[in-house]
Amino acid sequence: MDKGLYETSITSNIEISPGVHVISFEKRHGFISGQVIKIALSYEHLPRIYSICNGTQDNEVNILFNIKEEGYLTPKLSSIPEGGKILVSKPSGSFVAGNESTWMIATGTGIAPFFSMLDSGVIACKKLIHGVSYLNQFYFGTEIRKKLGENYICCCSREQGEGIFHGRVTSYIKGQANLPKHFKYYLCGKALMVVEVRDLLISKGVPYENILAEIYF
Amino acid sequence: MEGKREVLFGKTLTELQQIAAKHGWQKFVAKQIAEWLYKKKLISINDMTNLSKNTRQVLKETYGLGINPFSKVQESVDGTKKYLFATHGNNFIETAMIPENDRKTVCVSSQVGCKMGCLFCMTGKQGFQSNLTAGEIINQIKSIEEREEVTNIVYMGMGEPFDNLEEVLKSLEILTSGWGFSMSPKRITVSSIGIIPGMLAFLEKSNTHLAISLHTPFDEERKNLMPVEVAYPIKEVVKEIKAWDFGRQRRISFEYIMFKGVNDSPKHVKELARLLNGLRCRLNLIRFHPIPGTPLIGTDEETIQEFKDSLNKKGVFTTIRASRGQDIYAACGLLSTKELVKNR
Repeated sequence: MDKGLYETSITSNIEISPGVHVISFEKRHGFISGQVIKIALSYEHLPRIYSICNGTQDNEVNILFNIKEEGYLTPKLSSIPEGGKILVSKPSGSFVAGNESTWMIATGTGIAPFFSMLDSGVIACKKLIHGVSYLNQFYFGTEIRKKLGENYICCCSREQGEGIFHGRVTSYIKGQANLPKHFKYYLCGKALMVVEVRDLLISKGVPYENILAEIYF
Repeated sequence: MEGKREVLFGKTLTELQQIAAKHGWQKFVAKQIAEWLYKKKLISINDMTNLSKNTRQVLKETYGLGINPFSKVQESVDGTKKYLFATHGNNFIETAMIPENDRKTVCVSSQVGCKMGCLFCMTGKQGFQSNLTAGEIINQIKSIEEREEVTNIVYMGMGEPFDNLEEVLKSLEILTSGWGFSMSPKRITVSSIGIIPGMLAFLEKSNTHLAISLHTPFDEERKNLMPVEVAYPIKEVVKEIKAWDFGRQRRISFEYIMFKGVNDSPKHVKELARLLNGLRCRLNLIRFHPIPGTPLIGTDEETIQEFKDSLNKKGVFTTIRASRGQDIYAACGLLSTKELVKNR
């Protein structure tokens, strides 16, 4: 039993793309953008960690997730209506960005901590590269474009679109002739993407000390 | 592998009792099946000769056995063996058998691949494929050539055990129960990078030993080496461990791979002593053998020895782990990744 969990009510549950939801609940504790919270449906099951995906100024906490059919938590979480109860923890974690020049690299719902940062005003000297399979997976794309303009790079591997790099994030990075080596590189997504991108950055001369990753597990 | 048929190997006594009840068999039948699965040598359900013919027939029609042979074995000049077991989708898991004096330690995997993405780990480069079932975990003990001689088990192979906690706990129950392998929990160590909720559940539900991959006491450094640090900082992990009553029998140890110029300085000695102060534990220093594409290199022998001596002087019980099986890619993940690439 995780003693750090408390019960809260869901204030909204919106399917923003097929199989992808944003749930919201009351913000009881302040957070730093990029932090995570633990979520569980009962004290008997181990909680899972999710990045907060909204700005620190909001009165609510938003969580972005996709439904994993074989999973225990997300199929149930996606069907909880407004007013339904879940268990959550205080925000924690240190995947937080400062004022340094930073490339944020995400795939899929790994966009969550970066959108939280951007939505909280952590915008200066930031470039965001978001990789997805289909065009409807550029979550919060319109808002991000407004904030970052040309520093928002969309990569789509299975569909083509105007202004969209056709290919995976790794292909985009491979094509960059001179990566700024003194910049910070923040990665968020599935383990394999993080490991591949990290290896690629290191092979292009980025010191591993400048690479910080958050992995879904 | 037996397709999608439910398999018997890896079921706890309670689960076997549920099967017996479902088929209207006496309760003792479950114990008889458990004994065949975990205490005796068997090749097929036909071998369960003290079960009635009808019971065996129903078992054969409904269930697979779930005991699978290894697909490859390599032996090192030092006697260490690396077994490869095929799993779903052309993937492989690795199991190491390490002989030492009168001991034979088996290092088992708990997942196919790993999600944790540690910078120094070869398994992480495969990404994550799937969790192993309890049966697949203990099959790594049941199906090796030394099955009758195993003295110790360590969960230090591929994967993060606390990311597959339910199956790992089931496998521990089977290994340590009287109806199972009857192994002493003092002979089993589960190693984790420190996923706190899983670790606390493990401490509560099992009485086997715990090892934590530490690798540096500094948060900023650990974040670059081990992404888990951003979610579960080592200081929080150690705080939880210090609050736990390990009793006299249960052991806590920390693993520390030595990286040249990264985590082998006097300031690391000082901070380690501070971090582990008051905790009855052992710190295992491990030589690093580079993997492809890593920017890290191993610390030299002289520095490792000095590091160990300095820590011991500061009251941290520190040992250096012997490197084994280097000629057969005994470092976790190397062999299975090689096989995976070949098959793809």
